Amino acid sequence: MDNIAGTKSSLVWAVHLSLVALVLLWLFPTAGLFVSSFRTADQISGSGWWKSMVSSEQNLILRTAPSADQVEIDGKFVIEGNLFEDRKASDISVWGTTSKAISDFKAGDTAPLRGGGSVTVLPNGDYKVEHSEALTGKRGSRIFVTATQDPEFTTGNYKNVLFNPGNREGLGKAFINTLTVTIPATIIPILIAAFAAYALAWMDFPGRALLIAFVVALLVVPLQLALIPLLKFHNQIGIGKGYIGVWLAHTGFGLPLAIYLLRNYMVGLPRDIIENARVDGATEFQIFTKIILPLSFPALASFAIFQFLWTWNDLLVSLVFLIDSTGETTVMTKQIVELLGTRGGNWEILATSAFVSIAVPLIVFFSMQKYLVRGLLAGSVK
Amino acid sequence: MHPAFQGLLTIIIGVGGCISYFYFSNQFLDKVLFPASGPNAGRNINRANIVRPWLFLFPALAALGLYLAYPVFETMRLSLTERLPGNRSQFVGLDNYKQMFSEPKFWEALKNNMLWLLVVPALSTAFGLLAAQLSDRVRWGNIAKSIIFMPMAISFVGAAVIWKLVYDTRPIDQDQIGVLNALYVFFGGTEPVTWLTIPFWNSFFLMAVLVWIQTGFAMVILSAALRGIPEETIEAAIVDGANPFQIFFKIKAPQIMGTIVVVWTTITIVVLKVFDIVYAMTNGQWETQVLANYMYAKMFTANDWGVGSASAMIIMLLVMPILVWNVYNARKEMR
Repeated sequence: MDNIAGTKSSLVWAVHLSLVALVLLWLFPTAGLFVSSFRTADQISGSGWWKSMVSSEQNLILRTAPSADQVEIDGKFVIEGNLFEDRKASDISVWGTTSKAISDFKAGDTAPLRGGGSVTVLPNGDYKVEHSEALTGKRGSRIFVTATQDPEFTTGNYKNVLFNPGNREGLGKAFINTLTVTIPATIIPILIAAFAAYALAWMDFPGRALLIAFVVALLVVPLQLALIPLLKFHNQIGIGKGYIGVWLAHTGFGLPLAIYLLRNYMVGLPRDIIENARVDGATEFQIFTKIILPLSFPALASFAIFQFLWTWNDLLVSLVFLIDSTGETTVMTKQIVELLGTRGGNWEILATSAFVSIAVPLIVFFSMQKYLVRGLLAGSVK
Repeated sequence: MHPAFQGLLTIIIGVGGCISYFYFSNQFLDKVLFPASGPNAGRNINRANIVRPWLFLFPALAALGLYLAYPVFETMRLSLTERLPGNRSQFVGLDNYKQMFSEPKFWEALKNNMLWLLVVPALSTAFGLLAAQLSDRVRWGNIAKSIIFMPMAISFVGAAVIWKLVYDTRPIDQDQIGVLNALYVFFGGTEPVTWLTIPFWNSFFLMAVLVWIQTGFAMVILSAALRGIPEETIEAAIVDGANPFQIFFKIKAPQIMGTIVVVWTTITIVVLKVFDIVYAMTNGQWETQVLANYMYAKMFTANDWGVGSASAMIIMLLVMPILVWNVYNARKEMR
């Protein structure tokens, strides 16, 4: 249509470019987290993640071997080795022996050491310490190098965060806990809501319009209001803080949207089918289970995705109804908030933990986007 | 018992319980209470049909009543009482509200919330409209939409981590690893800024997170609305020589005004309830407090249920106009 009107091609280009800019702007923050989760701590703090794809210059602090490794050659005490040890070797350009002067020497130069003697460093990291007297000290000398490193990625962060049993801040347990909260909290409200939605859509009874209005009103009631009264209630009936409480709470909070979505969908089902079934002598229960439920699958799927994302991503409800002082039942969102407090600078841990927690919703999102969009369109109150 | 096993059991009990409740209550109604046979068959069928809707509705209504409706009134009651030692409480009238209104932190939270209310829905809707309009005109529009929509799936906590990395600050002699400071230094900034600690402006850096999340929602809804606009109106405008901007602002925008209002109010409600982002990124420090986080701090950190409930009632009060508007519209639509 734009061509019919003879729109200038420059405008088409402007559209493409603005959209590219917008998409990049939206993708960039997440990409940063994703890339960072595959870098080592040194790499993350050494350079911005956007530089990780190209070789970069980094300042590293490395050590020579301890004095125990020295050998005596021609009356001189010598230590030889490679500065990078088990790290990936990279190309040293300049180096120094104190933190004040980290670039005083070129690769291949020989520099005096503070404790006497001298050290020679080659571009590939090989070094040779020479001293006329026996070296002492448990740890070797520090060498400050500026080296060009090739891009390098590791899955070590994920191993550490997910599968390292010694890591008390690991996310493995929290992952299972989150799953334990999410699945019942997604399935149970669907069934309850489906029956109610059917009654509100296809049964005639006094007060129906009022009940629908009631559901619409509850859609926007902030769940903040429910926290204290329900916690009191849970304590009174003896549930206290725990899984049962959080399942019940999520069920209650999810119901208005569930009923609203499903009712809107069910109202649109063809009247003929239902009336024919009634005429043929089907009971309402049969109509519901044999006709309405299968036909409503798209709406059920929409709501299931919403509820899944919402319970998986939730922090507040779990904080209030689930997590007790033992911390045994912590969920991923809570654990990440704690990491933000205690490990604010350790981006390799933070980025990996955060990405673990958002990976599952992202998979659900991309595989079921169709239903999510459909649900959004039906669910926003018109 | 392992919680995962407990979860499985709960699913079975929950789902099984629901199904058997509905099945047996219907059976009871049709076979025992009002059997559709015998002398009163006709009357019994009618009676059964009067009762049945309530059988279908009962579990949902009970849950809604207990978990959403009752707490509203209970919170209202709690906001007027004070907790005393030994599980007792005392009616104190409006004292909790008076105490809350005398706290500067409350006014800071309210002021910030108002700022959020102005900025986030406006920017999300604007960006969403822009994204919808642009992506409908290019062939790779669906991919673009997917990417802009993606943050909707990310938790507020996850988003907080993502954006903390963007806002990260390193000393000037090191490489900046936060992209904002990297750009700032690159374009001549002398000293890297700790963005989240600058009062007033830091709220905007938190809002950016929510805008980033909510734009996708706005885009999806508005894109559907834009596609629903009748072609003829646009064609007529083109024939009349309108330029693309005129078409957008004079023809398209007025026709989707209703949808824009819906998007705006929906995001407004999200904003009023925003808690996780502030809790995870600043926890209300450096004058970034918002109502929901203020309420959480009062209820669970200071353990002051009275003032906590009072601030929850303020959130309810702010939601109220939208609630009434939604109910009004829903009822109008049903007629």
